[in-house]
Amino acid sequence: MQFSSYAKTLAAALSLAVVAGCSSGGGTQDGDQQNAGMNSGSSTQGMSSSSGATGQNAGQQAQMPSENRVYFDFDSDSIRPQYESMLNQHAQYLQRNSSTNIVLEGHTDPRGTREYNLGLGERRANAVRQYLTIQGVPASQIEVVSYGEERRAASGNGEQAYSQDRRVVIDY
Amino acid sequence: MKKLMALAGFMMLMMASLMAQAAGDLTIEITRGNDNAIPIAVVPFRGEGVSPSEDIGKIIADDLEHSGQFAPLAPQDLISRPASGDNINYSDWRRVRANYLVVGRVESSGNGYKISYELHDIAGQRRELGEVVTSSEDQLRSRSHYIADQIFEEITGIRGAFQTRIAYVTANGVDPNISYALYVADQDGHRPQQILSSDQPILSPAWSPDGQKLAYVSFESGRPAIYVQQLSSGRRVQLTSFRGINGAPAWSPDGRKLAMSLSKDGNPEIYVMDVASRSLTRLTNTSAINTEPDWSPDGRSLLFTSDRSGQPQLYQMDASGGNAKRMTFTGNYNAGGLYGPDNKFIFMTTRTDRGFQVARQDLSSGRVTTLTNTYQDEAPAVAPNGTMVIYATQQGARGVLGAVSADGRASFLIPAPNGEVREPSWSPFLD
Repeated sequence: MQFSSYAKTLAAALSLAVVAGCSSGGGTQDGDQQNAGMNSGSSTQGMSSSSGATGQNAGQQAQMPSENRVYFDFDSDSIRPQYESMLNQHAQYLQRNSSTNIVLEGHTDPRGTREYNLGLGERRANAVRQYLTIQGVPASQIEVVSYGEERRAASGNGEQAYSQDRRVVIDY
Repeated sequence: MKKLMALAGFMMLMMASLMAQAAGDLTIEITRGNDNAIPIAVVPFRGEGVSPSEDIGKIIADDLEHSGQFAPLAPQDLISRPASGDNINYSDWRRVRANYLVVGRVESSGNGYKISYELHDIAGQRRELGEVVTSSEDQLRSRSHYIADQIFEEITGIRGAFQTRIAYVTANGVDPNISYALYVADQDGHRPQQILSSDQPILSPAWSPDGQKLAYVSFESGRPAIYVQQLSSGRRVQLTSFRGINGAPAWSPDGRKLAMSLSKDGNPEIYVMDVASRSLTRLTNTSAINTEPDWSPDGRSLLFTSDRSGQPQLYQMDASGGNAKRMTFTGNYNAGGLYGPDNKFIFMTTRTDRGFQVARQDLSSGRVTTLTNTYQDEAPAVAPNGTMVIYATQQGARGVLGAVSADGRASFLIPAPNGEVREPSWSPFLD
């Protein structure tokens, strides 16, 4: 019993350390710090859930989120705020289902060279991975595969098609 | 009866077009001629009691024309059809403005053919070349390319590259049902052979310096991995399967090493693998994307793409790593760089206000020349004699190959019967 409460304290201390690490190391913008703050919350939630989640929460998390695509702006790997709630649902689902693994498929539009686009697709998928891990999803549940421009979502040219191409697909 | 014959004719036409499609040959169309191309008359080779399956004279004329440096006379301008030098009237050929004349004939020889050809200099009124070559039925195209090589070198002083081959990737269908294939064909697009097919992406084929193997990236396992395939046997090995990107394989000039881009440590970095021992050396160390390495012809340097400055640009570093130096300063996107065989130029994909084009940069002056003029031109591959560049472009919204002379004067489209064609790679000299 004593050991268990010690473990909880340690966990809390560790998650604080994570927050501190995030805000001092990575984030330079207010948004990032806010994210980091939220994260420690979900990460703690994740730990407690594995030691026995409340019925209410477990019921809510049993559903796999149906939305699984994050779209990106041209030449960008930053996650638009509109996708945060969807990603948070995935994060919660993954934390409740620790044996579930996902592949984050990174994609780009067809402009530019194929190998460089592999790098850009990976950057986008890594941005999503980082978001999910900051939410508390263990990195071991996430694999990143970049397809670059090799598997386009749309055919043809023009911004309408390209905006469909620039995506990360969360694949369970 | 008439209807029946029309139907039969139509059926034959259909069959012919089906056969052409089944063969999958790429054919070269001229989109821009070179005003300074050398006029040359190539007389159809006379069959002496034989009818070979290939039109030798036409293969030679096409090769010369597709080099961008020659303008073969149209068939109606061929004022006579000599088959040897004995009955050539030089002044007649001068009148139709031919600088050179190629004549030849084909005879039976054992199981194959004996092909005699001659090259004549019209102004000098003399025979420049004369040779007899033997060929089996299967070798007719190769032997014709050989003859074109001799003529090209005799006149230009540059070694011909018509016996070389190209590799390229095709894609058919729409995600998630795309089928990919890797092909090897003659440099003129004929005799394509599929060497790999997959329902997962294939990219970045790279010829080994001995012309015997191709390295490429295949996602067939669900993850990108680098493979090396022996062309004659089809046997292959999976060279890498690291976590993350396994991409952009490039052979060292001695064929012992492969440079590549691996993201196993977090972001794509340039590595060199010793092929025999599989030992890896990491050459770059930045948080950027570092990819698309290419070895200088002397093996001392590597050109590569990096976006360490915020935008992709070409850098050159020592082949052992270190001394990285930015090479491109024109425009905000330069990628997919490669050295020309003479080490005087580098070729690359560059972004301008008109989209993406293939460009050439003079290594001594730094001057950049844009070689292509449509808006999605990329992935240049240079012939081993440095005279031609093949690249990926679009026709309609479909991926096709294009070719341009390295001086930018003549350009060609190489449409495929169906599907998308991309990722060209030019073999080294194979003869």
